[in-house]
Amino acid sequence: MKNKKKNKIIISTLLLFFAFCFIVLFKGLNNSNIYVPPQKTEKILKNFNSKDLYSENKISSDQIFVDSEFYAINIWSSWCAPCREEHPKLMQLSKNKSLKLIGLNYKDNPKNAKKFINEFGNPYFMIITDKNGMISIDLGAIGVPETFIINKDKKIIKRFLGSLNEERLKEINLILE
Amino acid sequence: MKLSIFFLIIVIIFNFTKLNSVENNEELKNKISKNIRCLICQGQSVYDSQSDFSVSMKLIIEKKLSEGLNENEIYDFLINQYGQWISYDPEFNKKTFILWILPILLFLIGGAIIVRKLIIKKL
Repeated sequence: MKNKKKNKIIISTLLLFFAFCFIVLFKGLNNSNIYVPPQKTEKILKNFNSKDLYSENKISSDQIFVDSEFYAINIWSSWCAPCREEHPKLMQLSKNKSLKLIGLNYKDNPKNAKKFINEFGNPYFMIITDKNGMISIDLGAIGVPETFIINKDKKIIKRFLGSLNEERLKEINLILE
Repeated sequence: MKLSIFFLIIVIIFNFTKLNSVENNEELKNKISKNIRCLICQGQSVYDSQSDFSVSMKLIIEKKLSEGLNENEIYDFLINQYGQWISYDPEFNKKTFILWILPILLFLIGGAIIVRKLIIKKL
C-alpha cells in the first residue's frame, strides 16, 4: 500500500518534470536563433578615422558629425545581397533633409563598391571605408547591412540589424520628427 | 673586444625578450579568441571561425593587446560592446545564477540520494 503511494508520487513528479521540459523546449522553438546584442540606450559614438571611398583622403569622425540634427551610419558592401534589397529604402531615406546618411563600406573592393553605387544610385552624403572591419566592431556591429541612427550629440539612439524595410523606415521617420 | 661581446650579448638578450613578448601576445590573443563567441556562427568561437566578424574580432583583440590592455579589460570591452552572450564564461548575476547554481544543486541532491541509499543498505 505504502509502495503504491510512493510509486504514484514518483510517476506524477516525473510526468510533471517532463511536462515542464516539454513546455520550455516547445516555447524555445519559436525563439529566433539569431543573436541580437542588447540595445544600449544612448551609447556615445567613439571617435574613429577612415578614408573617403572616392577621394581616398583620410577623414576623422569629428569631420563627419558636424552640423546635422541626425545622422545614420549604414554599413554596406557590394558583395552583400541584402544590401541590394535595402538600397531603394536608403534612396528613399536620403530624401529626408534632417538626416545625413553616411555609408560605411565594409570589407569591400573599392572598384566593386563604386560600380554598385553607379548601378543603383548614391543615397549617401558621404561614403567612408572600413577595410578590416574594425570601425564596425567599434560601433558594435555584427555584419552587413546594419544601420545606426545617431543624434547631434553623437549618441547612438537606434540600431537596425539587417536590411531596412518599410516598417523600419517609418520608425526612423518617427524619430526624425 | 670584451666590450663589443658585452654589447652583443645585451642586444641578443633584448631581442629575445622582445620575441618572447610577441609570442606571449600571440598566445594571449589565441586564449581570448577561444573564450569569445562568434556571434554570427553556430556554436563556434572566434578562434575557430574564419567569418568576417571573427577575422575583425581577432584584429581588435590584437590591437587592444598592443595598446596595453590586459585580458580582463579586453573581455570587459567586448562584453560592454556586445553583451554577456559574447563570453563563454558568463559572470554570476541574477540572469545567470540558475546556470551556475543548478549543477551544484543537482550534484548535492544526487550525492545525498546515493549516501542515503548506502546508509540504508548498511543498516
